[in-house]
Amino acid sequence: MANEYEVIIIGGGPAGLSAGLYTSRARLKSLLIEMGPPGGQITDAELVENYPGFPQGISGLELGQLIHQQATRYGLETLQAEATGLELQGEKRVVITTKGKFTAKAVIIASGSERQKLGIAGEEGLTGKGVSYCATCDGPFFKEGTVAVVGGGDVAITEALHLAKFASRVKVIHRRNELRATRILEERAQAEPKIEFLWDTKVEGIEGKDRVKRLNLSNAKSGEKSTLDVVGVFVAIGFKPNTDYLKGFLPLDKAGFIITNERMETKIPGVFAAGDVRLNSAQQAITAAGDGATAAVFVAKFLSG
Amino acid sequence: MTKPIAVDDATFDQQVLKSKTPVLVDFWAPWCRPCIMAAPVLEELAGEYAGKITFAKLDVDQNAKTAASYNIMAIPNLIIFKDGKPVSQIVGYKPKAELKRDLDAILG
Repeated sequence: MANEYEVIIIGGGPAGLSAGLYTSRARLKSLLIEMGPPGGQITDAELVENYPGFPQGISGLELGQLIHQQATRYGLETLQAEATGLELQGEKRVVITTKGKFTAKAVIIASGSERQKLGIAGEEGLTGKGVSYCATCDGPFFKEGTVAVVGGGDVAITEALHLAKFASRVKVIHRRNELRATRILEERAQAEPKIEFLWDTKVEGIEGKDRVKRLNLSNAKSGEKSTLDVVGVFVAIGFKPNTDYLKGFLPLDKAGFIITNERMETKIPGVFAAGDVRLNSAQQAITAAGDGATAAVFVAKFLSG
Repeated sequence: MTKPIAVDDATFDQQVLKSKTPVLVDFWAPWCRPCIMAAPVLEELAGEYAGKITFAKLDVDQNAKTAASYNIMAIPNLIIFKDGKPVSQIVGYKPKAELKRDLDAILG
């Protein structure tokens, strides 16, 4: 049967590709289903400095392409489609996609996560008109004026540093009074004169007609309201797992993450999860790759019974 | 196989606005990774929709005038022009199936 595999991997980021590298080298008939561009979210990163083996750093796009190239060298099949559901049919696991149904004895879910939205007034309507979720894509459009970055983690600070190359001023708006970002990134941001921090501050609304004009802010402690004139706002407040298609099939935590054990097994036998989609993942390309390899090793054990 | 044509500030009027067939313009830049990844998908679609929709690409870095006149502040940014007017806009990387849905809707 053309649509029958031993392993199906959902997601083509570092987790899924590493899993595919291992399962195809184990000579398991494997299919990797990827919805977007190969390489996953890491391809958005201008420079990845924390993936071992690349002492000078490597662009996210190149890293994604290299992992993809390596993963597909050993017979891994790939399909560009969106997974829309997963079900059990006796001993088979059926993956439903926009290009038909595919069955496997084991499934590795590595569908990753996407940028969390703020969920505030003005955000959706002004997306692409000053509201952005990718500084490497849109940063160069904001050469004059103040831009804001919302968030306090690695992504937020990396984006602020990138934006400081173009904009006159970058305001980092964070709801706490300290950053979550890696210390080396924080040090670089503190040393960049264009970057300023607004601590204990929440963004409550984005104003503008054809383009972003102003943010409505409130102080997280005093509740005091204020406004900030900006030409752009980059949202980097974290990630939302891509697991909507699994609701009702797999137990998920409140935020939608998949609960696994240390062998990457979910509650359903033969269904594994790896990478950002897992609860308590470190959300790094390197840990995702590690998860993928771990899942593949235990998939092989599961299949050999 | 029909491929997307490169248009610029000088040729935009003639090749896009005065075109008799609808034109999809891919506003892109070499720094934009999702744009680079979207390019092969658009090349495939250019072949599939040959004769019905013309596919064009405009480098926003080299052609700031046209990009500014359409208020481009995020890329990839696809605008479909019909009879000289923008009729549909798609911002961000979208999978092929989703793009086809939008294109088919425009062709009616």
